[in-house]
Amino acid sequence: MMSDLDPTLLARIQFGANISFHILFPTISIALSWVLIYFKIRYARSGDEKWMEAYRLYVKVFALTFALGVVSGITMSFQFGTNWPGYMEKVGNIAGPLLAYEILTAFFLEAGFLGIMLFGFRRVPGWLHTLATVLVAFGTALSAFWILALNSWMQTPVGHEMRDGVAHAVDWWQIVFNPSMPYRLTHMVLASGLTVAFLIAGLSAYQRLKGDERPAVKAALTTGVVLAAILIPIQIFVGDQHGLNTLKHQPQKVAAMEANWETRPAVPLVLFAWPDEQARDNHYEIAIPYGASLILGHSPNAVVPGLNDFRGNHPPVKPVFFAFRIMVGIGLLMLAVSWFASFQIWRRGEPVPLVNRVLVAMTFAGWVATLAGWYVTEIGRQPWLVSGVLRTADAVSAVPAPMIAATLAAYLATYAFLLAAYVSVLFYLARKARIPGTTVKDKDQIPFVHEGLPADAAKA
Amino acid sequence: MDQAVWLPVAFAVLMGVSILLYVILDGYDLGVGILLPRATPEEKDRMIASIGPFWDANETWLVMAVGLLLVGFPTAHGVILSTLYGPVAFLLIALIVRGVAFEFRAKAGAPFKPWWDRAFFAGSLVAALSQGYMLGLYINGFAGGLTAHAFAVLTALCLAAAYAFIGACWLVMKTEKDLHVKAVRWARLTLGAVVLGMAAVSIATPLASQRIFAKWFSFPEIIALAPIPLMSGAIIVGVWMMLQRMPRADHSLDFVPFVGAVLLNVLGFTGLAYSFYPYVVPDRLTIWQAASAPESLMIIFAGACFVLPVIIAYSVLAYWVFRGKATELRYD
Repeated sequence: MMSDLDPTLLARIQFGANISFHILFPTISIALSWVLIYFKIRYARSGDEKWMEAYRLYVKVFALTFALGVVSGITMSFQFGTNWPGYMEKVGNIAGPLLAYEILTAFFLEAGFLGIMLFGFRRVPGWLHTLATVLVAFGTALSAFWILALNSWMQTPVGHEMRDGVAHAVDWWQIVFNPSMPYRLTHMVLASGLTVAFLIAGLSAYQRLKGDERPAVKAALTTGVVLAAILIPIQIFVGDQHGLNTLKHQPQKVAAMEANWETRPAVPLVLFAWPDEQARDNHYEIAIPYGASLILGHSPNAVVPGLNDFRGNHPPVKPVFFAFRIMVGIGLLMLAVSWFASFQIWRRGEPVPLVNRVLVAMTFAGWVATLAGWYVTEIGRQPWLVSGVLRTADAVSAVPAPMIAATLAAYLATYAFLLAAYVSVLFYLARKARIPGTTVKDKDQIPFVHEGLPADAAKA
Repeated sequence: MDQAVWLPVAFAVLMGVSILLYVILDGYDLGVGILLPRATPEEKDRMIASIGPFWDANETWLVMAVGLLLVGFPTAHGVILSTLYGPVAFLLIALIVRGVAFEFRAKAGAPFKPWWDRAFFAGSLVAALSQGYMLGLYINGFAGGLTAHAFAVLTALCLAAAYAFIGACWLVMKTEKDLHVKAVRWARLTLGAVVLGMAAVSIATPLASQRIFAKWFSFPEIIALAPIPLMSGAIIVGVWMMLQRMPRADHSLDFVPFVGAVLLNVLGFTGLAYSFYPYVVPDRLTIWQAASAPESLMIIFAGACFVLPVIIAYSVLAYWVFRGKATELRYD
């Protein structure tokens, strides 16, 4: 029975499960590190204890998140080779240096300064602690830069030449800054910001609903909601630009996102449908006339590419179509909720309990949208692993299917357990935060207050 | 000299140094994890605090080593890790459990703490065992059969004991009072297993391969190589005598057993590296057969030459900041 399983499919599911689990944590740590710096600056500027309390809770969230990101990332460095040996054989000359630079410049920078950032508060001068925090934040961003450069190169490969069936680098500048890279990187960094904004808003709203009235909770809630309200319109604009870039370079992906079968003008925007690859048509379609042509071509009669132009060479339609709708749906919900909550904070100081409940429900909305977005772009690249260069089926390893299936089951069980533990510990930390722990009595203990604290300056 | 000749050698050296650093640095982390059940709850907190600021960076050397194998010798990465697919899965899951237990034990509610401590111990032990098992299979050139697997079981147990030894030496250096006394006892107990492990590997490696036998037991190589076993023996005796005289009222020499453990690691690793050079997959693939294109290696090598000194500088900074006996870890 198990030997009937398709090793390519299993290898894809396993790699997909591992990379999906992994991406959850960097998505939070990339932006959360900058929010921590923001809390630090606010505290140093105002001397207001509430910013320190917010910092104290979210630095714990950061430490936990970072650890999960590191350990799940180790798995990735092994599975590039174990699951996709054909990948390194064919494009290792491109992927190798990009991955190596990620390890050398980003991983060591993050890991090297993390200890000082987390535990060095009372051990090093204030400037060094701030520098360590900034370097960790910079390291996480740098890591995103390298890995998105590589991923984007797999989507839109340029700057290389094929010799004896193996890709060789010709122009590194072109490889790193390939056509889809600036769009994908911006889209992902904004997704990280939105995920963290809703995480902080959700945890703060939860604390608020539990009757936690500390100013720190309101400060964090406002930070999360306003950050989301600022980022979401930018994200919608960038997402649209990213889509147009995809239309130019990977039209079959856009055709699958829109479930458009024939290349034609005046294509409607499909809101819902059940795409049928056998019949090559949509069932139960609800659509807005001219919508897709307007969005993709900025004209009601613009021509939109159809899947039938790419028979046997386009991605599976259903997962791309539905994942895209989940991502966009959450994006629009984020827009409505964050603007409405911001409006309430502006008018009455904080959101009403009902809105707080919605925010709690959306604590991890950023995760869902980010994963859905990655499924659109990664499944949308199929059947290619590297567009036009290497097919996924040609890169798979010779490891027997039962072995992959058994390890897959073990990984899935571990991940499900850790995800449940992570989510429940985050809410536990939020609940526990109101119990007064260490309050800062002796300002000399806190190094960074000496970096231009107005209160101190006034005293002097 | 031709790039295609020296670059693979340079990469093999870089990879070797990364593996050695990983074995020493995460070795003491894993060792502390293996020793954890033998301590009281307060001592557990202190043991974890002694490795808290470092474990993350320590583990990065494994990513570095596997990354260098992946980008420098992609064919070998495929062969080695596909052959070791099962033990690798054990290692990865164990490292995941160990790494997160570290955070969860301090952040989840008090009733869960003993469970996360158990997870931390189990993760550390399984990670050490699977690494030792893989080392055993590698030494035998991935030969199948009962003998090879029995030998792998032996190396697994010995590596776990060796990690417990370096972990105990780390605790001797980083702790005080009762825990310090306990750590001295642990170090004495595990030193025997280290000797057994080093002896087993030293005997089995030349027996497994004619080529390695010839490399060690021919004239004049044997004279040039003699310092490796002789120095190892001297260090073992020295550390043993030192441990017999501990705990001392004066803590100024507490670092000596740890330094001894590090040197033993370096010597043992040098011996293994000499045995297997120039093969990356024993007796099957040399580093030149497995290497990537020279221009790609050059790009990485140039970056590594520039970045590695910086990495070493800020690693030294981190160890300097958290020098001395371990204290409670605080975020504020």
